[in-house]
Amino acid sequence: MFNLNAGCVNLKNRGSNCCIQMALDHQTVINIARLARLHIDESDVDRYVSELSRILDFVEQMNGVDTEDVMPLAHPQEGRLRLRDDIVTETNQRESFQTVAPEQEAGLYLVPKVIE
Amino acid sequence: MHNKPLTQLADDLVTKRVSSVEVTQYFLSRIEQHGNLNAFITVDPDFSLAQAREADRRIQQGDRPALIGVPVAHKDIFCTKGMLTTCGSRILSNFVSPYDATVVDRLNQNGAVILGKTNMDEFAMGSSNETSYYGPVKNPWDNATVPGGSSGGSAASVAARIAPAATGTDTGGSIRQPAAFCGVTGFKPSYGQVSRYGMVAFASSLDQGGPITRSAEDAALLLNVIAGFDARDSTSVQRQTPDFVADLNGDIQGLRIGLPAQFFGEGLDSKVERVVREALQEYEKLGATLIDIDLPNSDLCVPCYYVLAPSEASSNLARYDGVRYGYRASDYSDLIDMYMKTRAEGFGDEVKRRIMIGTYALSAGYYDAYYLKAQQLRRLIAEDFERAFEQCDVIMGPTTPTTAFAIGAKTDDPIAMYLNDIYTISVNLAGLPGISIPAGLDGNGKPIGLQIIGQYFGDTHVLNAAHRFQMTTDWHQRAPSGVQQ
Repeated sequence: MFNLNAGCVNLKNRGSNCCIQMALDHQTVINIARLARLHIDESDVDRYVSELSRILDFVEQMNGVDTEDVMPLAHPQEGRLRLRDDIVTETNQRESFQTVAPEQEAGLYLVPKVIE
Repeated sequence: MHNKPLTQLADDLVTKRVSSVEVTQYFLSRIEQHGNLNAFITVDPDFSLAQAREADRRIQQGDRPALIGVPVAHKDIFCTKGMLTTCGSRILSNFVSPYDATVVDRLNQNGAVILGKTNMDEFAMGSSNETSYYGPVKNPWDNATVPGGSSGGSAASVAARIAPAATGTDTGGSIRQPAAFCGVTGFKPSYGQVSRYGMVAFASSLDQGGPITRSAEDAALLLNVIAGFDARDSTSVQRQTPDFVADLNGDIQGLRIGLPAQFFGEGLDSKVERVVREALQEYEKLGATLIDIDLPNSDLCVPCYYVLAPSEASSNLARYDGVRYGYRASDYSDLIDMYMKTRAEGFGDEVKRRIMIGTYALSAGYYDAYYLKAQQLRRLIAEDFERAFEQCDVIMGPTTPTTAFAIGAKTDDPIAMYLNDIYTISVNLAGLPGISIPAGLDGNGKPIGLQIIGQYFGDTHVLNAAHRFQMTTDWHQRAPSGVQQ
């Protein structure tokens, strides 16, 4: 989990006259985009504020149901995930995997320099 | 040839009335002829014909597995070794998978020919095929309308008879909704029935692959090949795989059909309701009993889904970083900037919206309010089904609230688009099997789908009920005008 810092409207404190209030603000959208590693142009931030707020307002219907003692269901097969024996099952296919890489050299994936 | 059921095509091939090269060439030329539909992202005649020649060679040698020589189109979400797999996205626009998905591998082993890769909503996120980087698909019944999505190319190609059968995937209705809009049969198996290995992940706890065909019988034939345990998928269920074809013919006398009040309420188009009620009358004639049931949390399935699916997607799509495969931005200042530009340029608007929603829902301070809350609702929705199935054997209702809508009609309103899947999403949340079969046409000649939902791993009961309906009706044999002859 990541922390989005300040700038968010607290859901629980939102009044009933909040229909025009956006669930997200400008800075929160910028923070989310940074966490999601998505570059967004400054000029697009407001569009995201309004689109994402509409979706969040829509999903807030969920709060109409009391789920106090309900156990969360993560998966249709909860608790039934299978374990396999801890043995090697795959062969080394490094070369074939690297042929589809944007940039590689001598068996390494190339990225911009990260350490000076 | 293009109107032949899969079973007959397979029979013609093994009895050498026609060769796989002839069949494959025939459908490749039909794809070209109907190129305006934009149903395919990749067609590689050399690749397909090489497979067809190999199938013909096997037939000559007396090696005749179930689908030998039959061309099948794959949704472009299934990895195919040596053929582009784009998932409808720019970020995978240059991706050639080094391996085959299990679904593809099993079809290949059984001699099926890969006819091509069908168009789809980007990363399967959409209900109209309009989010595809490769442009929208047209509905063969009315070229001004959408084919549905996300498996829009697969449904349109089966409807237009340019593919004898196709594969699809269904996360919130992506097999059933386009099947309904295109007047074909689309089956989403129980979660864990069909391997997800090599199927590009969107929301892993909801995604399930399945067949899009003209009939339940054709679907069963494909399932006999693609279903079953796969050690390479940790969610693949280890149990006896049924003979889907043999189980089609069970008697449905006394079958108890549950009709959820919530599937026939406000928002349902009256023409769709009329056709679905007529189909239910047909079931009564076949000896089934209709029972009113209640799925009280149905109206919450869309909000619940639009927290869970984007959350899982934001995590799954983190892998697209421009380092190991796929698209990489050409202009960047450092590593983080490379990630951010690559993803900004590589993903389309809807995918970005969902990544943002998911990232937000999983972030500190909001996790409980959104993600956990949605998981609690998911349990309530799954329990509604469990209770309903104490009273009935299968559940029926409309697949979609309306027939196919105009291209462009809902692209500016994500929530209106999301509400298309109001009757299909709960099935994924609970992991159940569901099918959409053609049940009639509206006044403008647009197809309407009947949805049949079964109990967890009651897949054969769903197919059996669908097949029985198709034995006594001919809606599944109707084709759009212009593709008959």
